[in-house]
Amino acid sequence: MLLYILRRLAVAVPMVLAIVFIVFVVARLAPASPIDIILGGKGTPQARRALEHAYGLDRPILAQFGAYLVGLLHGDLGRSFVHGQEPVSRIFVRDFPVTAQLALQAFLFTFLVGVPAGLLAAYYHNSWFDRALMAVVVLLVSVPSFVLGPLLVLFIAVRLGWLPVSGWDTPASTILPTVTLGARSAALVARMMRSSLLEVLQQDYIRVALAKGLTRAQAVWRHGLKNAFLPVLTVLGTTLGYLLTGSFVVETIFQVPGIGYESVRSISARDYPIIQATALLVALIFVAVNLLVDILYGWFDPRARLTGGSS
Amino acid sequence: MTAEELSPYKAISPGRQALRRLLRHRVVWFCLATIFLLTFMALFAPLIAPYRYDFEDTTRYFSVPSKPDGHHLLGTDNLGRDILSRLIYGSRVSLGVGIVTVLLEVLIGLPLGLIAGYYGGRIDSLLMRLTDVMFAFPDLLLAILLMAILNSGTQPVPPTLNVLTLFFALGIVSWPPLARLVRGQAAALRHREFVEAARAIGVPNWQIVWRHILPNLLDPVLVQTTQDVAGVIIAEATLSFLGLGVQPPYPSWGRMIFDALPYKETFPLMLIAPCILLAVAVMAFNFLGDALRDALDPRQRGIK
Repeated sequence: MLLYILRRLAVAVPMVLAIVFIVFVVARLAPASPIDIILGGKGTPQARRALEHAYGLDRPILAQFGAYLVGLLHGDLGRSFVHGQEPVSRIFVRDFPVTAQLALQAFLFTFLVGVPAGLLAAYYHNSWFDRALMAVVVLLVSVPSFVLGPLLVLFIAVRLGWLPVSGWDTPASTILPTVTLGARSAALVARMMRSSLLEVLQQDYIRVALAKGLTRAQAVWRHGLKNAFLPVLTVLGTTLGYLLTGSFVVETIFQVPGIGYESVRSISARDYPIIQATALLVALIFVAVNLLVDILYGWFDPRARLTGGSS
Repeated sequence: MTAEELSPYKAISPGRQALRRLLRHRVVWFCLATIFLLTFMALFAPLIAPYRYDFEDTTRYFSVPSKPDGHHLLGTDNLGRDILSRLIYGSRVSLGVGIVTVLLEVLIGLPLGLIAGYYGGRIDSLLMRLTDVMFAFPDLLLAILLMAILNSGTQPVPPTLNVLTLFFALGIVSWPPLARLVRGQAAALRHREFVEAARAIGVPNWQIVWRHILPNLLDPVLVQTTQDVAGVIIAEATLSFLGLGVQPPYPSWGRMIFDALPYKETFPLMLIAPCILLAVAVMAFNFLGDALRDALDPRQRGIK
């Protein structure tokens, strides 16, 4: 098991480097250099050179990448172009906890709604509940969050007045953003849980369990659940990454003061260091979570330790 | 007499059988009708739309939307522009981006997946590492980053370049899953008897791939790409919603939803209309993809 964990870690390290490199290179594609944006196209050549030197833009590109990497290790995510050139890390410390809370709440929603719904649908296969759930799943998979969110606001907040329209101050105001963000992944998890359990229920060991006198519920509980849960675990792992990306949209709809909303606002100000840092952070979290899922996978299913993980 | 003539059953090719199974569903007809209607709307937008997408009706209140009436069937938006016309023009963006991006995806993903799967070895592991890295960016993250940075210039981006960068950004994020799918299928087919037989009698590699591998993996590719059109339509609308897609005044459904948010309480129709259209378009491609999977591979039915 320890060897397996070390092997997964050895795969993750070059992955992290590749992600940092891609994010670094993509920023180089910007049509205007940061200097142009800060100076707004004006400024004397001396001022340009001084700024270029201050940002290290006059050094070779690999040296710049090295400096970027070293900076990252010291928690330096670059500086905002506007906001009085505030360090991005400070903006993160202020705004990221809100995004993290939103993503975690949506994750809990996904887990607590998706898994039981999928279980029940498979257990009562072809019942009205199963059919209704599958219809809802298809609907939710086709409806993006920026359609679902405003519609929820329109009916639940505006018409019925049950919940606040936007904001992030009271626990009640977090409900609609959480549901909007988590609905799609809850649907995907429910579908995965259902199909996985249906497949497991056809296995011989379930038939054996039934033959030796277990009730259907006992067979599912003792033998089906653990085996059916493995594919769901993989989906749950990727879910957190999707939720973090989805927070761009959901925070914009509900004006949640998180890093997604801040990034989107920085887009119109052409202040890309913030969105660059957000993308980097989300990708790194995504890799970390998948690493964790791989390790859990190895713990649940010893066979995976030999072949090397879920993916 | 051949076996076919002796048989009491009429021989039907697998393709026709699949087509029959497909058309038996009522949902499929709904999907095809919707897709046909959308295509028609997109192609003939200037003829159908009552107004141009950027025509601002100055008889309307300034900076407030207006309710539907005889002149504007769905009302006007906050700049006095006809919402129905903008919806119709918006279908060009959604459908156009959806189809072009998926073509790009196939052009990149299919050959790469075939090569990696058929030849294996170092090319294969290189491609898989590359897709691994692409997969490290969840969902639209890379496209959002690309669009944010490519649009960050001090001058506004010209519309043609803007659409090209949109194709580029969406194309880049959409090919890896297809490449993976094709690679997996090709790697499995490579060891089948009919491929080994072809190799044994000296058929060149490119011909094996073209005649024996490719036709056998077209079914899943077709299902996948149909559903990817839906995915790309959502992706484009998401980027436009965030202000990263098509630039105004050209309408995109995603941006229209964003623009309608401040008026959701007073003019809900401005919000609901693009929402419905977007959801219907996405569902049409999603359902069609599902139905195609059922028709092409009946064993899968009811499980997924």
